Amino acid sequence: MSAGPHRFVSADRRVREDRRFVAGKGRFVADIELPNTKHVALVTCPYPAARIKNIDARAALAMPGVRYVVDGPELAAATLPLMTGLDTPNVPRRPLALEVARYSGEWILAVVADSRAQAEDAAEFVEIVYEPLAFVLDAEQALQKDSPLVHEAHGSNVLLDKTFVWGEVERDFAASPHRLSLRVKWGRSSTVPIETFGVMANWDPWREILDVYASIQMPRFAEQIGNALKIPNTSVCVHYDIDVGGSYGVKRGIKHAVLCGYLARRLGVPVRLIEDRLENMRGGDAHGPERLFDVEVAFDNEGVVRSMKMRALENLGAYAGRSPFQLGKPVGAIVGPYRITSVQYRAIAVVSNKTTQDAVRGFGQGPTNFAIERCIDEVANFLRVDPLEVRRRNLIRREEFPYLIPSGTTYDSGDYQTVIDKVIADNGYERLKAERDRLRRAGKLAGIGIGACLEPSGGNTTFEPLLNPKITNSTSMDSCRINVDSTGAIVATMHTTSSGQGHETLVGTVVGEVLQVDPDEIRITRPDSLNSLPSGTPVASRMAIMLGGAAFHAAQKLKSKLTVIGAYDIGIPVDRAAYERGEVFDRLIPSNKRSWTELVTIAHRNYHRLPKGFEPGLAVEHIYQVPTGGTLPTSDGRVQMYPCFAFEFHLILLSIDPDLGRPEILRYQFGHDCGTQINPKIVRGMSMGGIAHGIGAALYEEFAYNDDGQLIAQSFMDYLLPTSHEVPPVEIVDHETPSPLTVFGQKGSGESGYLGAPAALANAINDAIRPLGISVNSLPIRISYLGDLIADARAKVAK
Amino acid sequence: MHIRLSVNGTEHTLEIEPRTSLLDCLRDHLNLKGAHAGCEHGVCGACTVLLDGVAIRSCLMFAPQAEGMALTTIEGVTPGPGELSPVQDAFCETHGMQCGYCTPAMVLVAHALLADNPNPTREDIVEAISGNLCRCTGYAQIVDAIALAAERIRGANRPAGLRK
Repeated sequence: MSAGPHRFVSADRRVREDRRFVAGKGRFVADIELPNTKHVALVTCPYPAARIKNIDARAALAMPGVRYVVDGPELAAATLPLMTGLDTPNVPRRPLALEVARYSGEWILAVVADSRAQAEDAAEFVEIVYEPLAFVLDAEQALQKDSPLVHEAHGSNVLLDKTFVWGEVERDFAASPHRLSLRVKWGRSSTVPIETFGVMANWDPWREILDVYASIQMPRFAEQIGNALKIPNTSVCVHYDIDVGGSYGVKRGIKHAVLCGYLARRLGVPVRLIEDRLENMRGGDAHGPERLFDVEVAFDNEGVVRSMKMRALENLGAYAGRSPFQLGKPVGAIVGPYRITSVQYRAIAVVSNKTTQDAVRGFGQGPTNFAIERCIDEVANFLRVDPLEVRRRNLIRREEFPYLIPSGTTYDSGDYQTVIDKVIADNGYERLKAERDRLRRAGKLAGIGIGACLEPSGGNTTFEPLLNPKITNSTSMDSCRINVDSTGAIVATMHTTSSGQGHETLVGTVVGEVLQVDPDEIRITRPDSLNSLPSGTPVASRMAIMLGGAAFHAAQKLKSKLTVIGAYDIGIPVDRAAYERGEVFDRLIPSNKRSWTELVTIAHRNYHRLPKGFEPGLAVEHIYQVPTGGTLPTSDGRVQMYPCFAFEFHLILLSIDPDLGRPEILRYQFGHDCGTQINPKIVRGMSMGGIAHGIGAALYEEFAYNDDGQLIAQSFMDYLLPTSHEVPPVEIVDHETPSPLTVFGQKGSGESGYLGAPAALANAINDAIRPLGISVNSLPIRISYLGDLIADARAKVAK
Repeated sequence: MHIRLSVNGTEHTLEIEPRTSLLDCLRDHLNLKGAHAGCEHGVCGACTVLLDGVAIRSCLMFAPQAEGMALTTIEGVTPGPGELSPVQDAFCETHGMQCGYCTPAMVLVAHALLADNPNPTREDIVEAISGNLCRCTGYAQIVDAIALAAERIRGANRPAGLRK
């Protein structure tokens, strides 16, 4: 299906969005100004769990500029609870707490004023009487029978506990000479974009339209607003032409939008809520997975892993929207790039009195990859076999694709060994080991770490029915409409927001490629939700596949239409006509042709020259389904969620300052195969950004809580994003194994780097400290912790 | 209170609350939206502007404190409508951004660096941008952009034969 050699696809072309950004002319939500806009500030709960006994907002209402306050009971009476993914009716989620608040920072009340400063001033004068309640922070404690209940009506803290068995797990374990088990933990971090979440809503009672401007990246956003506000979807207009200042999954903001939508309708003025950083970190409901894994693997004397048992315990925080589904996505790549023949997977999700989670880059795949890769390293360590060699023995081989894994997913394509070979060309691995050993002889702690993993991309959201059979979703479409106007100008559309992934460039490149016209001459627009075709939005590393696929097929339809028009006007059968660079010509007499201008003129002005009954004009659209279709999971949970699987291979050399515990990455090599790269600049940026994010998750970033249930990482001074000093130069080695399923052979790359970097870093650190008889399996591996661990170990060695 | 601010070579007289941050003043009173709020506690650098040519965080300064100094924002280094400075063009060439939110600040930092040091090493560039957080790029293409801009600016007015 690959379209063959390309002119614009894979070319090193600029990204069209960049021009406005370098001039400061992005159009972010905080840049939107509507007359008479009012501003929201929030009053939040200071306890991890508390009953709200009384609210007195009289003093706040008397403050200058204050227009309104709204509390949980008023909002709950007027709106429906927010959509949840699991079937948990007794765990309702609302923008403002109702009766009980369940985490420190949860919104209790919103103050509306003429300026944000006035709203913040007034928020401090709201008096609330709380009755603090017992709380639970730790997922394992939340599982205990005597644990405080986060949602009493639900009867337990467990929202999900599902066990899948794919293949003959017990038989394979019994038949294997070795087994080992490992407990690893992925710490609570997130994507933390530099732009916080923001939304502005404005109700027009005469048109009956709620205009919503939001820094959003979320499927079915408009629909969820309409549902909660109990207004029809024809009355919700989400403006997709807002530039989103980074998201990487978390910019969901549904509670913000429902709150502002309600206030805008109640007050008849535009209402805006732009989070400050504290609101973003504490009450923005944008934390990522916090996952405890117990993994057991069974393997033979060669280190070939036959079977795996994985228990994943997720700490969701106080409420759940789609976040539990992050335990479902990894089912589609549960064996990573390895030929593990049977798997038992138990996915448990509990609520706790922490901030609510939402989707984070990789949707749960990163933690799972980390757990698998730590295990593979421990298998190598157990057998005293080189960890790269153990991986080579386990990797799926090139000739085995398409490859069916035990959980029912078929991997489309790959050539993992070749990617690795390219990374370690010229004896590179041996030289890297020699360098590590030289450092060790010089008294340093030095280690090599490998992370080999997959990036599933372009999925159909069947993790929803997998974990909640009441949901029957089996598609996540994307769409493109192309219109050629009467002057010949080409306008193509996308139907969602964009947060830095270069989607306009993607559509332009693909449409230009198919029509053989300069992509820069094609206008790309992002119509609002009332004028849009379906889009699954930029989640699931899907846009290159899905929006690229939609744009490709729409352009093909346009090309076919032009060919029919040209052939008819020339007077030849369609199959004798060919399209090239905007012209249609007779294959037998190539000089017999119709130019672009002539074709456009016929379509738009000369109905008499069109085939009888032919639709005039030149408008086409295509709604693209995931290339592997959509089939509901089997009763034992086998499912094809994602069609395409990119491969990445991280190879790191690092040393650790033995006194400070500070790891320093000395060399970072990254082999990457995401099939055909539509824009290499974008792919490189995605990988580098993902690696930087992975470095953060592995070493620095954590939404840490103290024993009192307070989030103690509430600013960028406590929650540490990697700066330019923390991200080393990375040697990227590209390899392209085209996907047989996609229009140009492309696979996703939106999560690349992030999905394997933490594993590689953890493995490198463990390699470095293993000579001291210690190991670390909990992320982030903080410098202070590592320093103490090393100091203790050295003290023991000295004794 | 009344203040006078010199922004991008133009004098402005403004009536503002004394507590107005320089960032809010630029955005809300002068409609210069290129400076962005990221953390409002002086860490992320998204609000960076140049004060007498030095990159500073406009969220950490009250607008009245900037009186008597020359402010330059991203709008001030953009040569004209639709025109890019060599630094801005280099950012486009290397794709030194993704979402564009930290980008104006990065461009201003690059302008300040290259005004002081036309021949920066990679380490100089890394140091110069280390006070500005970017969550998208991992910085590599930003570093490339600034190195490319430096190279182009150095070579710009030399006879072709002398360019390296």
